[in-house]
Amino acid sequence: MCPQYLSEDILDSNAPLSRTPLHDLHVELGAKMVPFAGYEMPVNYPAGILAEHLHCRAAAGLFDVSHMGQVRLQAESHEATASALERLCPADFLGLQPGRQRYSFFTDNQGGILDDLMVSRLSDQSGDHLFMVVNAGCKTQDLSHLKANLSHRCQVTELADRALLAIQGPQAAAVIARLAPESAAMTFMTARHLSIGGTDCIATRSGYTGEDGFEISVPADRAVAFARLLLSQPEVKPIGLGARDSLRLEAGLCLYGNDITTATTPVEADLSWAIAKRRREQGGFPGAGQLQRQWADGISRKRVGILPEGKAPARAHTEIADDAGQVIGEITSGGFGPSVNGPIAMGYVAKAQATPGTAVQLLVRGKALPAKIVAMPFVPHRYRRG
Amino acid sequence: MSDLRYTKEHEWVRIEGDTVTVGITPYAQEQLGDVVYVELPEVGRKVEQGKEMAVVESVKAASEVYAPVSGEVIEVNSVLSDAPATVNEDAQGKGWFVKLKIADQGQLAGLLDEAAYKALCQ
Repeated sequence: MCPQYLSEDILDSNAPLSRTPLHDLHVELGAKMVPFAGYEMPVNYPAGILAEHLHCRAAAGLFDVSHMGQVRLQAESHEATASALERLCPADFLGLQPGRQRYSFFTDNQGGILDDLMVSRLSDQSGDHLFMVVNAGCKTQDLSHLKANLSHRCQVTELADRALLAIQGPQAAAVIARLAPESAAMTFMTARHLSIGGTDCIATRSGYTGEDGFEISVPADRAVAFARLLLSQPEVKPIGLGARDSLRLEAGLCLYGNDITTATTPVEADLSWAIAKRRREQGGFPGAGQLQRQWADGISRKRVGILPEGKAPARAHTEIADDAGQVIGEITSGGFGPSVNGPIAMGYVAKAQATPGTAVQLLVRGKALPAKIVAMPFVPHRYRRG
Repeated sequence: MSDLRYTKEHEWVRIEGDTVTVGITPYAQEQLGDVVYVELPEVGRKVEQGKEMAVVESVKAASEVYAPVSGEVIEVNSVLSDAPATVNEDAQGKGWFVKLKIADQGQLAGLLDEAAYKALCQ
């Protein structure tokens, strides 16, 4: 039996792996540790990916995402910091209110995506600033990108001494409210400082699972105590990266490096909703001209959901054909959805075939398996809106 | 009494006269994690020792299962279509994959005995 692993699990095996502050806790909990983005990370605990995924949607799951990059941007005022960042991201940061969070991405000069990220507007004794979270696999490049382009306009500080944990699921809010009652008033995509178990945290009500929940940044030396406190709550179980991936796929969320890359524009990736109207019209970010051409003239391919009709999963790089057998696209993420109890996938197809309901074929191991283009998410989002 | 042998690729082989029953070992299912799908060959297909005979998929990845000996597929475990988790629950019993009619009895000698397989898993 010979496993063929997904490309994101395979790294330069000669480079030494980094560890998050929770590494020893993962080992103590019986995690299977694997290399991911240069870190040793838990892919699952003894419960296994299926049980962990289902637990998250039923109650509350705790994820260590400390491998991701955390960055503080600060200039003399919010306006100065926001306009600086707007030079690299097509979001409306000038209009970002205190305590609010936005999803965005860095684009390159061709309109391709360099990384996707979350930005929150916060304030502390040092002043008004933006708190950004970027992907682990891109954080070195992202920091260089920020410093090269912005350091004459604002301070760019990597918060390398902080851990990041996510608590996600329908019971996550009850857990955090028990420990920090002020959290109960937070709605989806808001950010604030919370004190939890004596630890000063930066919390955002957001995540990568489609469920309600929080992402919480804590000082690295408080990470283990914080994690143990959350794990001691009856609703909470630890969840690894394996289930994190199946959860986000069911939620229709992109994985950088698979579904979005420098070869995909936000328009093709169906992420135009993250680009504010003012930015669409005025540009002022890398690749703006290319995106404006795409909004005006249309795109040739589009990111869509794909639902195989049978039970066989179809994974990344599987070719998608029309019913005449002509290749019209490719799967960029695919696997098994435990909550859907069947295979699901995401990928790009020719615009003409991108309509939900279109019948397609997936070329898996020499066979053409029937599937349909579907709208995402595969599992409805359960965010706590205002 | 049936004779149990193993391959380096973590398949178990139960020898029953001129046929074998094949599955993946408890060690293999543990490494794989939750099995969500199994692709079995068609009855009647001729398989070649060491070549792909079936596919077993976990949430995260697809793995090939190789024919431990050359032969012909005479039966497949239809339970696995609706209950792939049977492979995890009872890898060496109800989770069997395929029964083969052996083409060359001589190939059986090359299979690992239990001690050799256990040593491999250390």
